[in-house]
Amino acid sequence: MFGNILIWFVIIPVLMMAGLGLCRNSGMKAIRAVMVVGSTALLALAIWLCVDFLSLRAAGNDAEMLYTGSWMWYSPLNIHLAVGVDGISVLMLMLSAIIVFAGTFASWKISPLPKNFFLWFALLSTGVFGFFISIDMFTMFMFYEVALIPMYLLIGVWGTGRKEYSAMKLTLMLMGGSAFLMLGLLGIYWHSAPAGGELTWNILEIARNNAVDPSWQGMLFIFTFVGFGVLGAMFPFHTWSPDGHACAPTAVSMLHAGVLMKLGGYGCFRIAIYLLPQAANELAWIFIILTGISVVYGAFSACVQTDLKYINAYSSVSHCGMVLFALLMLNQTAMTGAIMQMLSHGLMTALFFALIGMIYGRTHTRDIRQMGGLMQIMPYLGVCYMIAGFASLGLPGLSGFVAEMTIFVGAWENGDFFHRAFVVAATCSIVITAVYILRVVGKLLLGPVHDDHHRQLTDAGWFERFSTVTLIVSIAGIGCFPNWISETIQQSFQPIVAAIQNAL
Amino acid sequence: MGITLPILILALPLFMFLLLGIGGVKMSRKTAGVLGILGMGTTMTLAYIVAFTYFFSGDAAFISAEGVRQQLQVFDVTWLAFTPKLVVKLGFLLDPIAAMMLVVITTISFMVHLYSWGYMEHEGGFQRYYAFLNLFSFSMLGLVVATNIFQMYIFWELVGVSSFLLIGFFYRLPSAVSASKKAFIVTRFADLGFLLGILTLSYFTETFNFIDMTSNPMNVLAETGGATFLGCSVLTWAMVLIFTGGMGKSAMLPLHIWLPDAMEGPTPVSALIHAATMVVAGVYLVARMFPVYCVVDAAMNFITVVGAITAFYAAVVACTQIDIKRVLAFSTISQIAFMMVSLGVARTYAMPDVHYSGLGYMASMFHLFTHAMFKALLFLGAGALIHAVHSNDYTKMGGLRKYMPVTHWTFLIGCLAIAGIPPFSGFFSKDEMLAAMFGNSWLWGAWMTMVAGLTAFYMFRLYYLIFWWEENPEYKHHRPHDAPWQMSLPLILLAAVSVVAGFIPFGGLVTWDGKPYHIHLEVPVAITSIIVALAAIGLATVMYRKKNPLPTKFRNAMPGLWRAAHHRFYWDEIYLFITHKIIFGIICNAIAWFDRHVIDATMDAFAKVTQKVSFSIRGFQSGNVQSYVLWYFFGALALAAITWICLL
Repeated sequence: MFGNILIWFVIIPVLMMAGLGLCRNSGMKAIRAVMVVGSTALLALAIWLCVDFLSLRAAGNDAEMLYTGSWMWYSPLNIHLAVGVDGISVLMLMLSAIIVFAGTFASWKISPLPKNFFLWFALLSTGVFGFFISIDMFTMFMFYEVALIPMYLLIGVWGTGRKEYSAMKLTLMLMGGSAFLMLGLLGIYWHSAPAGGELTWNILEIARNNAVDPSWQGMLFIFTFVGFGVLGAMFPFHTWSPDGHACAPTAVSMLHAGVLMKLGGYGCFRIAIYLLPQAANELAWIFIILTGISVVYGAFSACVQTDLKYINAYSSVSHCGMVLFALLMLNQTAMTGAIMQMLSHGLMTALFFALIGMIYGRTHTRDIRQMGGLMQIMPYLGVCYMIAGFASLGLPGLSGFVAEMTIFVGAWENGDFFHRAFVVAATCSIVITAVYILRVVGKLLLGPVHDDHHRQLTDAGWFERFSTVTLIVSIAGIGCFPNWISETIQQSFQPIVAAIQNAL
Repeated sequence: MGITLPILILALPLFMFLLLGIGGVKMSRKTAGVLGILGMGTTMTLAYIVAFTYFFSGDAAFISAEGVRQQLQVFDVTWLAFTPKLVVKLGFLLDPIAAMMLVVITTISFMVHLYSWGYMEHEGGFQRYYAFLNLFSFSMLGLVVATNIFQMYIFWELVGVSSFLLIGFFYRLPSAVSASKKAFIVTRFADLGFLLGILTLSYFTETFNFIDMTSNPMNVLAETGGATFLGCSVLTWAMVLIFTGGMGKSAMLPLHIWLPDAMEGPTPVSALIHAATMVVAGVYLVARMFPVYCVVDAAMNFITVVGAITAFYAAVVACTQIDIKRVLAFSTISQIAFMMVSLGVARTYAMPDVHYSGLGYMASMFHLFTHAMFKALLFLGAGALIHAVHSNDYTKMGGLRKYMPVTHWTFLIGCLAIAGIPPFSGFFSKDEMLAAMFGNSWLWGAWMTMVAGLTAFYMFRLYYLIFWWEENPEYKHHRPHDAPWQMSLPLILLAAVSVVAGFIPFGGLVTWDGKPYHIHLEVPVAITSIIVALAAIGLATVMYRKKNPLPTKFRNAMPGLWRAAHHRFYWDEIYLFITHKIIFGIICNAIAWFDRHVIDATMDAFAKVTQKVSFSIRGFQSGNVQSYVLWYFFGALALAAITWICLL
């Protein structure tokens, strides 16, 4: 079992928690050492996995999932700890590792209770990594819950503003989604053996047998899609996002917007669409309408916000809406674009929230009306913020552009009026995005200095620079050399697209 | 041709951008300036070598035995594969217009690099300035050598962002910030059309490649299978949408509003981006897709009409502006519209009664070339004036010819060139354009001749108001003087080019199909346009040479028209109303309100109702044994009653 590389993605965060447990509460150096070693190990592991995965693929290993392993966990219900990854999961693991790494440096000076903060942070990472390596629906769901619960404490204790309210709201809404999801997963489980064989939670087996009865698929599709969609900030279940992000501490916002919201999109295609393809073909239109609304609605809402975090939270509603929207186009190109958008959005939102945290830590306000001309005072942070902004509005050379273009080209392949109309609406968001990004950049960074007290503020420290450089390099890397990622994702989508095609 | 030179032409500016952008903080101003100038000088040399090899080497790869210039893709590497067929490649296309643009861009960019050394001497952020100039040059070069429409779109966006960064270079000034924002958002809106056009077109053609599309445009039409949308063929829609992108970048009505405001940027930037290179990207786009445009007449007519209206509008507005850079900005809009009309009247196929139907294309490219030179000259001249007088306002000038002879003479050459007076370069290109327009229809010919007359009038109005009229008394205290050599040298060089460029045998170099065309002067057209231009200059001389009450009288004779033109026919106000009042004020606020007070309130209501219900039933769990017994007793009684009723 320990010979499987994937298991280590869960073991390392658990070891980190153990290590943190041994630290003293005030032993900041030891705590940081554990976190840096642990997150570096995760990043190294993710890179190694990525390289090894690509070389295996290049060597002609075209199995759907690699590094598979399965260990019985609870036999009466046939629950396994089953792991395995395809190209998409590898990239998601990579994304998570990068963000955990950058998040560690972004919360270098967290207080109070740094030890407890990082303990919950590591638990959250365990859940995220566990989710992406699982191919057993039950363990997947368990890791999903593991990732959600620490959020309550992380926001409630270390947050700012109306943190208790927001933490409660976020947790309850996501739990509400989980309730739907549990129903959906149980339904799939009970229909996983049409011929009367043994019931299974294993995604690959269910998909291989195309097991779920078409008459049941519709209901289960709605349950699972809504369940995951809540986490993907789908309209009208998105309102946890602005409040939650606004009150969360920096690293939590980074991890939440950067990775946790991706769990929603990932679940949508891995379970809802892959296992219930007939329903996906028939019922996609409902969710195309909802996610289409998300895309435009989030962008318009972001235009009039005054709190930096609210702006980015609504921008995330728009961008994550684009992820689900693209998945529902049900063709290989658009779905590839959706995954690229997940990666791109994850990195750039993490960068945004990291920068907002750094700016807030200095000016003690997030209200753009009370700031101005920060470029003169902290040029490094200003330039980083502009780069994040350009990535968000889709500047070529940064990751947002390739993702959005892939989505639009793929979505345009659906030639009927309904799809086209919604795609045109979605493309409009690139203009609205430019409006709200430039509005913030103009107000916050450019122009004359608004508040003379800000003149004494310092620019970024080394750990902050380290955190931002990691993210910017990743964003530019995807933006300049997108093809290997695109190919990896496309190849991983083949079985899923085939399932959709067969169900037509 | 090997791939080394083409790669270097693109890589060098990019490298300089990264070097100056990242390492600039640690560099002295002098190092940054010298590096920037040397880098661009090298790029210019390389571009010249490539262009001259292409045009004059006679190599079979560039020109066929029949004398037809070839299009060739020097390299073309896969960047992103959307589908097996729709692949975005990054490459280097060499053909007549690309080679010509290489020369134009690198020449003007080099001049501007040199000029800026003097002009920006006392400004902060010198290194950043040179870094952005290099970013722009890289993007613009990438745009013109694009082998496919998606590569063009990529670099299209990149020039947009470089333009944004350079317009907002003085980022402490709120006016510069809002101008840069406006430029970016307006062009972005136009690019949305461009993107939708690309999507529609590539959906049918299954390729982005220019050569694939233009070499057999009838195929493109056939591939759409006669599909229509709202009464127009989808190909028309696609081509018009693509042209929308061009309208944004080239500031055609009604998307022109960003260009006058873009003058907030440093003047050399205006010369490079907003006069000579980026703003002609729209013209270049139409020229690049020219054979496909010719398949759909409706799209070509649309281009002609938009161009004709814009040319006239901008020329009228230019007559009433006070800021000298804004006069030049409107003049640029008008001249680009001239090129658009010229393209719009050209065709790939023979038209009845037309000697050479591709003339408009050649003339348009010719004018693009000459205009780049003399308009850059005029802008750099304006920069020298602003440098000397510290104001953009012509009312602060007047009588400057004595103080700034170099600027005066070079500016005069620029004015003569743009007015179309022989033997200056503008005359030749404008003559060909007007000939092409008359060839298509006398209406376009007459209309654009009138615009040409207006051009001569407003340029000489500007010239006289700056250099003649009445001397500003302040010169006694601050004696204005000519600019330092770094600034004067580009002026002189560009003036020299503006004088001789008309004699380039352009028809032999740039035509739509690569076949040479022997230019000959259209004598009746030439005579008419010269007479019109001279008359306009004469009028300007009478009105503005010396201080006199004539201009005020004119203005008072038609105050409404003058005020409307001075306010640019209120386009900005209309846009402000739409964006601020409607989009921000109504749509955004309504959505934000709806989100908080309807959707979020519903979610909160769920929580509140749950809480209320729990509070209301919590009394049952009182821990009080007597009340439990009481409830038990009533419950049992109720059950008994129900059982009894059921049994009855």
